[in-house]
Amino acid sequence: MAKVPTPKELTRINYRPPAKSWMDTKPEFRPGVYLNAPSPKWLEMIGYPYPRKWSVPDEDWHLPPDWKEIILAGMEDRLKRFRTLKLFFDICVRCGACADKCHYFLGSGDPKNMPVLRAELLRSVYRRYFKTAGKLLGEVAGARDLTEDVLKEWFFYLYQCTECRRCSLFCPYGIDMAEMTILGRELLSSVGINIEWVMASVASCYEKVGHIGATPHAYKDMIDFFAEECERITGILPEVTYNRKGAEILFIAPSGDYFADPGTYTYMGYLLLFQYLGLDYTISTYAAEGGNFGYFISHEMGKRLNAKFYEEAKRLGVKWILGGECGHMWRVCNQYMTTWHGPATFLEVPKSPITGTVFEHAREHKMVHICEFTADLIHHGKLKLDPQRNAHLKLTFHDSCNTSRAMGIFEEPRYIIRHVLPEGHFFEMPPNTIREKTFCCGSGSGVNADEYLEMRMRGGFPRANAVRYVHDKYGVNHLGCICAIDRAVLPTLMAYWVPGMEITGIHELVGNALVFDDEIERTTDLRDRDLVGVGKAEEAEGEAEDE
Amino acid sequence: MVLNGLLKEKRAVLVERWREALFESYPLETRQFFRKEKDRFQNPVAHRLSRGIEGLYGALLQETEEEELKGYLDEIIRVKAVQDFSPSQALAFIFLLKGLIREELAAELCDEELGRQCLEFESHIDGLALLGFEVYMQCREKLSEIRIDEVKRRVSGLLRKAGLGMELE
Repeated sequence: MAKVPTPKELTRINYRPPAKSWMDTKPEFRPGVYLNAPSPKWLEMIGYPYPRKWSVPDEDWHLPPDWKEIILAGMEDRLKRFRTLKLFFDICVRCGACADKCHYFLGSGDPKNMPVLRAELLRSVYRRYFKTAGKLLGEVAGARDLTEDVLKEWFFYLYQCTECRRCSLFCPYGIDMAEMTILGRELLSSVGINIEWVMASVASCYEKVGHIGATPHAYKDMIDFFAEECERITGILPEVTYNRKGAEILFIAPSGDYFADPGTYTYMGYLLLFQYLGLDYTISTYAAEGGNFGYFISHEMGKRLNAKFYEEAKRLGVKWILGGECGHMWRVCNQYMTTWHGPATFLEVPKSPITGTVFEHAREHKMVHICEFTADLIHHGKLKLDPQRNAHLKLTFHDSCNTSRAMGIFEEPRYIIRHVLPEGHFFEMPPNTIREKTFCCGSGSGVNADEYLEMRMRGGFPRANAVRYVHDKYGVNHLGCICAIDRAVLPTLMAYWVPGMEITGIHELVGNALVFDDEIERTTDLRDRDLVGVGKAEEAEGEAEDE
Repeated sequence: MVLNGLLKEKRAVLVERWREALFESYPLETRQFFRKEKDRFQNPVAHRLSRGIEGLYGALLQETEEEELKGYLDEIIRVKAVQDFSPSQALAFIFLLKGLIREELAAELCDEELGRQCLEFESHIDGLALLGFEVYMQCREKLSEIRIDEVKRRVSGLLRKAGLGMELE
């Protein structure tokens, strides 16, 4: 008889995980669950160490001969420079409060994604080389040698953390796991271990306009096209200026909003709003990327890319900076920017030219999030809005990790939503999945590469699970967000877990609802979809004519 | 005595054991968490797997449309199709029900008539497994499809501008 394994044998032999210690379980790199190694050219463009051709599933990663010394020296250096790292290594008591808070653990079921255990991957090496007990007792003291396998494991798991900081929220010590991941990735970078999606984006942003490496004129062309699209749909042609010296405000949006749908519609919303207000603003072709992929892999690279903001603001002589609907851009601006570059004394404390509101919270870094700006406009009754133009939407709102946990932007987008949607069209997801407890999209921090899809579907599952709930219960058909990575990855996540769910930025809805005095009759939204009642009215007329 | 009645009587215990057998495919720490956390939003995988198991068990005991069966299978397989499981590992849970029934009803199944009915019921489980292949394939095909769509969407604004807009739906 043929030797076919029975289901029970299958479960006994393969299906059940081997009962090994976590220290001995090696990651298995198979397609779908690892990120590609970068092309050497990107590293060369930004002067990053050890550019070379290598491949993740290969046994030999062609590490520099002294890789171990480099890593340990890098660790020692960072222990001196980053008090957060030292605290993280020494004060975590492994209470487990974070264990079940990570979306990657919840979606993958892999215990090494419990933040406490993911941290242990780094900490065990710290103990071995920097603590007496670990040096003497080794594994007994939870210490282990730094080997190539350990390095590979770091790579595998440090890229399964999306730096969302949900675990930090529950940590009694407030250990910032995102920063630990960045520092871990910095160490990997120091021996030339990076990923293609991040390095290509970083190098492109460094040398050109945005993450896909567009040229300034392609960028200008694209935004001019949005303005024309606005005119086609609304009859209003937004006037856009580029690199205009003396403008009051410099506007910076994430590049996802000018090349990729559905972010592009959000960009049209920005343009319509600014035109409506007659805002004295300009767009830069130099500081043209709100996103900062550098920050995902190192503080140093984050700083290099972010420097464009202030440099350009200074060159153009603007008073303050307004930023688009981006997620991690706001953690960078809110928590790192002034530390990196010093106080921006050449800028003024942001003040809305329309309402006179002074944005005191931005006194230090001089940047305002567009949701704060727009909510203030609505609060002062400065916008004429017709919510019926969004009546085809039943919306729920996904709080982006960085705007919520790093900035506390909870009310502003909701306030806008309530004013641009008809009453009864906005539905919240369950409380333990929104606001500061929000679940990550699963693809933040530079892991949104297509080759990583299978892994991303795991990480995004807790978010999708909550979306499905409001989809099934209330018929919600749109998921709103204020982050460009969200707009890029949530359509994919939803297509797998909650088919029929569309993704939208909040300013797309503002663009739909804004009523201009001299606009043409609106029959569609910014995506060319019929407004409620419009298609039907025409049909009814058609039928009447037929009769 | 008919098998169906026995299976209804034993529903609670069999559903529980089947779910446990499914959880067994995860590491120890994960299994403990699956059992402990009852909030469906804090423990989405266990919630979805349980929902699938309960639905499938109920559906097997009565006339059920294929689409409904696929829906319950989907609850489980959609999760497993993106986790660390080979196709056979992802679908093995279906067959495990056979062994569980034989163990749980060992005494009763000595009866010739019940034994015959059990064989028939096991054929239903085999049929369920065949449907499982379809669901698994649909999930994996969906992954390929959405991967392509995402790559297209990355530059869709540019393509639209160039008049090369394409339907992604």
